[in-house]
Amino acid sequence: MDADAVPQEGNATLAGRRKLMYARGADGRTVLVPSRGWEAEEIVTSQAVDALIEQAQEARARVLAGSAAPLEYWMYERRMDVALLSQTSGFWQWRVRRHLTVAGFAGLSAKDRQRYADALGLSVDTIARLPA
Amino acid sequence: MSEAAAFEHLHAAHCESGVMANLMRHHGVPMTESLAFGLASGLSFAYLPFIKLSGLPLIAYRMPPRSIIKGLMAPMAARFKFETFRSPEAGQTRLDALLADGQIVGLQTSVYWLPYFPPDMRFHFNAHNLLVYGKAGDDYLISDPVFEETVRCSSADLARARFAKGVLQPKGLLYYPQGIGRKVVEPAAVLKAMRKTVRVMLAPVPIAGVRGMRMLANKVASLPADAKSSAAYIGHIVRMQEEIGTGGAGFRFIYAAFLQEAAAITGMLRFGEFAERLTVIGDGWRHFALAAARMIKGRDPLDPKALAGQLRALADQEEGFFRDLKVALR
Repeated sequence: MDADAVPQEGNATLAGRRKLMYARGADGRTVLVPSRGWEAEEIVTSQAVDALIEQAQEARARVLAGSAAPLEYWMYERRMDVALLSQTSGFWQWRVRRHLTVAGFAGLSAKDRQRYADALGLSVDTIARLPA
Repeated sequence: MSEAAAFEHLHAAHCESGVMANLMRHHGVPMTESLAFGLASGLSFAYLPFIKLSGLPLIAYRMPPRSIIKGLMAPMAARFKFETFRSPEAGQTRLDALLADGQIVGLQTSVYWLPYFPPDMRFHFNAHNLLVYGKAGDDYLISDPVFEETVRCSSADLARARFAKGVLQPKGLLYYPQGIGRKVVEPAAVLKAMRKTVRVMLAPVPIAGVRGMRMLANKVASLPADAKSSAAYIGHIVRMQEEIGTGGAGFRFIYAAFLQEAAAITGMLRFGEFAERLTVIGDGWRHFALAAARMIKGRDPLDPKALAGQLRALADQEEGFFRDLKVALR
């Protein structure tokens, strides 16, 4: 890539940050050029962020319909899935899945709720309900 | 207690090579990011379908985390101390003690829990690297090489990032040099590092190097053109390539910069021609990323077979490149 071809497209996903690119200067030597972003990166990053937001919104709808516990919403809100929440909380995946149901969550002890709260970086009260 | 004034922060493309270049320079070794990357044989390709990140396979365009740190030990005759901790409290106590001693300390952290990252960049990726060069009140003074300027982070947030769990969990890992025996880069070390990269890229295993690219191409070719999951998979490839750790094309460009430095250090000027050739291959990776992004956005119809063809062509070019480099290194 030539130095004058380093994209400066102002990606929203970079939030004003610049990333360093290695490019070819006029004499063929490498030059370091900060980039304001490239559309291709913005597309794939937004794709991933949007997928996570969609999962959280679907979970919210399930919680409102009474078919899932708010914990499922918070799991996706924190950009996790069952596998990652299992690793961060220390519960087996099949137990996490059960705790995402209304009845499963209701049966959790205060200590187990605290484990989920710690894993998600939220308070015990927060994970028990949807955000206002 | 802060030694902030003495430390020089330079912006880098990749966290681990940037950390090592900044740390080495702080200790009097003239080191650039690209030299650190090449000298530690950082360039690679690996397709690891059995390691899942959010349900998608790990695709690496460089060697595994910590290999740049460890790869610089022998060429610089350096000894580093690596420490992990059972508890965040112990990790913070040790970090504070080292800072009080005047050390610049390297850390492995999660990206997600670092509040200074832009929100859209905060994914659960645990192999980020940064340097801590001081403390002011409750804030750590941080040289995060993928940021243009130094940043600050509260002790609670940094503890969370250091002790995040999951794939590649850092367990509070910190590292610092105990001695750096060599302050200049020897030509022999450069050649040895290049030979290792050649070996990795041409390795006779299906998931690594150019063979790994072809295996990934086969997987892409088998994706159905009409499924939403296909777009997610292809987006993931590009994201691993470009966004996380500054990826595939980026690493090719960094290695090209290293090849130019290698030409100067060894006096073997034809490495400069290889640098030119690798830059063209890096451009090819960017064409692939752009073609994929256009399909994801719906500007072009999703065509996994065409993308697989581009991946195979890149694998062929890289194979030719590394075979010729192997000959040049004899």
